[in-house]
Amino acid sequence: MVTPKFLKFDTLSLHAGQQPDPTTGARAVPIYQTTSYMFDDTDHAAALYNLERPGHIYTRLTNPTVAVLEERVAALEGGVGAICTASGMAAIFLAIATLMNEGDHIVSSGSLYGGTHNLFSFTLPRFGITTTFVDVRDPDAFKKAIRPETKLLFGETLGNPGIDVMNLPAIADIGHEAGIPLMVDATFTTPYLMKTFDYGADLAMHSLTKFLGGHGIAIGGAIVDSGKFDWKASGKFPNLSEPYAGYHDLNFADEFGTQAFLMRARSEGMMNFGACMSPANAFHILQGVETLPLRMQKHVSNAQTIAEFLENSDEVEWVNYPGLKSHTDYKLARKLLPKGCGAVLSFGLKGGRSAGSKFIESVKLASHLANIGDAKTLVIHPASTTHQQMTAEALATAGIGEGMVRLSVGLEDSGDLIDDLKQALRASQKV
Amino acid sequence: MDIVVDGLKAHVATGGRDPVAEEPVVILIHGSGMDRTVWQFQSRNIAFRGIRVLAVDLPGHGKSEGKPPETIAGMADWLNRFMDAADVKQAILIGHSMGSLIALDMAARYPERVEKLVLMGVAETMPVHPDLLEAARQDLPLAPELIIYWGLGEKARVGGHPEPGLWIHGANETLLKLSASGILASDLNACNIYTDAAAMAKKVKCPTQFVLGRNDQMTPLKKGQALAEMVNDSHVVVIERSGHMMMAERPNQIYDALKGFVF
Repeated sequence: MVTPKFLKFDTLSLHAGQQPDPTTGARAVPIYQTTSYMFDDTDHAAALYNLERPGHIYTRLTNPTVAVLEERVAALEGGVGAICTASGMAAIFLAIATLMNEGDHIVSSGSLYGGTHNLFSFTLPRFGITTTFVDVRDPDAFKKAIRPETKLLFGETLGNPGIDVMNLPAIADIGHEAGIPLMVDATFTTPYLMKTFDYGADLAMHSLTKFLGGHGIAIGGAIVDSGKFDWKASGKFPNLSEPYAGYHDLNFADEFGTQAFLMRARSEGMMNFGACMSPANAFHILQGVETLPLRMQKHVSNAQTIAEFLENSDEVEWVNYPGLKSHTDYKLARKLLPKGCGAVLSFGLKGGRSAGSKFIESVKLASHLANIGDAKTLVIHPASTTHQQMTAEALATAGIGEGMVRLSVGLEDSGDLIDDLKQALRASQKV
Repeated sequence: MDIVVDGLKAHVATGGRDPVAEEPVVILIHGSGMDRTVWQFQSRNIAFRGIRVLAVDLPGHGKSEGKPPETIAGMADWLNRFMDAADVKQAILIGHSMGSLIALDMAARYPERVEKLVLMGVAETMPVHPDLLEAARQDLPLAPELIIYWGLGEKARVGGHPEPGLWIHGANETLLKLSASGILASDLNACNIYTDAAAMAKKVKCPTQFVLGRNDQMTPLKKGQALAEMVNDSHVVVIERSGHMMMAERPNQIYDALKGFVF
């Protein structure tokens, strides 16, 4: 049998979405620092506005530099397309606002980034969209929480900061049986470690700020569509399968099929909410994506080394990292994440919160700041920062204790990192 | 919109515009294993130029009920009945790949119903690689993958699509993989056994435009040009830097090709 010779992941990381600039021959992706684009004539302008022809109108909607990144992320995920946004949070909001209406309901993993938890708990209810949080380790809980008005299942591939592994195949099946799509936040895993669509996810979003960028210099997000969910057959998504008055009764599913979600999200969401990515940020993030495979290999290798070091340190009470046999999800991680379990881990110190504070204030190589996925190692205390707005109950559901320290393992020499952690661990235990 | 043909629903996209009576009609006919949405860069464009668009899902494809006829002639006969059901006396037929064979067959055998023809990605014979045919018969993912591998031009496989954010490889492969079991195999077999293209081409009387991809590996340019020479009133438009999936690969060049001939 013949086999197709498609470009592989490493090659796509460098090339997907870009043809060398036809005018200048520029090999690097140029930064198209422009707000607007010349129309050929009035007919061309009208056709672009009417979604008849492809092309650029205004950078809030699309931009050539951003478009390269969109295609590249979609290619790496194996999706039908993508939209880049101002941030990961903007990508989540764009997806939800595109799919859902007042009275609709989400069933979500409770193990989430604090900002997402806050959006679901406090912001979306103001617009009539409510969420039931469930234990991500209990797929049956997702099933039990589904109501007639449920329109979306949501979770993080690796929960932040508990690092619980989402059982995508099981939860996707539950959603699909009920005619509901599964959207995942795949920021912690990136498409290098997990192709979420292969496991049944329908939509994947990323904070590109993290591992995909990898340098900590640009904020950005992306929503990628697998194109596999049948919005019309589900009967639950009138925004996509019924005429839309905002575009003269255009039926997105009828006209655009597998592109229906992305076309509606761009033509309504980017137009009306406006959370677009700047071309300069797209350029910066593209530089990171070029080396994603190489960086992720070192990230997960370092993370595994550090996790094992911490687990064997007397000052440490527990470590959350699915690459450790002691982790509840170790077997599931071996199945879903054969290339590695990401580079974020959390742990608790003997001495609880105060020991954690001393540890964070004692590290020298690791940087105390609010980010993950940087090339440099980062550390933070989630309960008092990234997840501060969560209630005590929500923190407990997400497994975030007062003593938890989150570490995003970077690309430094692992020996140097261990030396730094050793001295900080010793400092944490001094009264 | 659904139109009932032989007691079964045939689904069509209209380009999102309500038709006006007495407008000319364009029927868009997709290729093997695909559906109406392969015309997403053309259907609205045509519809908003004062033309009633019917981008049809052939039986068993997309949202249409039933099973696909097993031969190209059978599909042309079905299209004839579809036009009856849609109350369309005469139309401009625009086909792609298998859809072009259907349109050609129909124009030859039902000449009164066809005002003009646009045949994209077509050749006198369209033999299907035995490995592809076998993979399709077994419903293997390999079948759609081979179609994308051979169907997309080399440039398109890297990306850089004029529709911002569209990953053309993923979009087309996913569309093929979503087709119901057995549909792709049936279509490919129909193309493989169709040997009447030359005879039909010689019978066609209406103005005919061939739109052929310079780098088309599935229906090579030379074979398309040879077929075009058999049609009395025909001309060829070559789409540069395009493989077989030209409507998706080079939508702006397709627009240029249709402008002046269709609208």
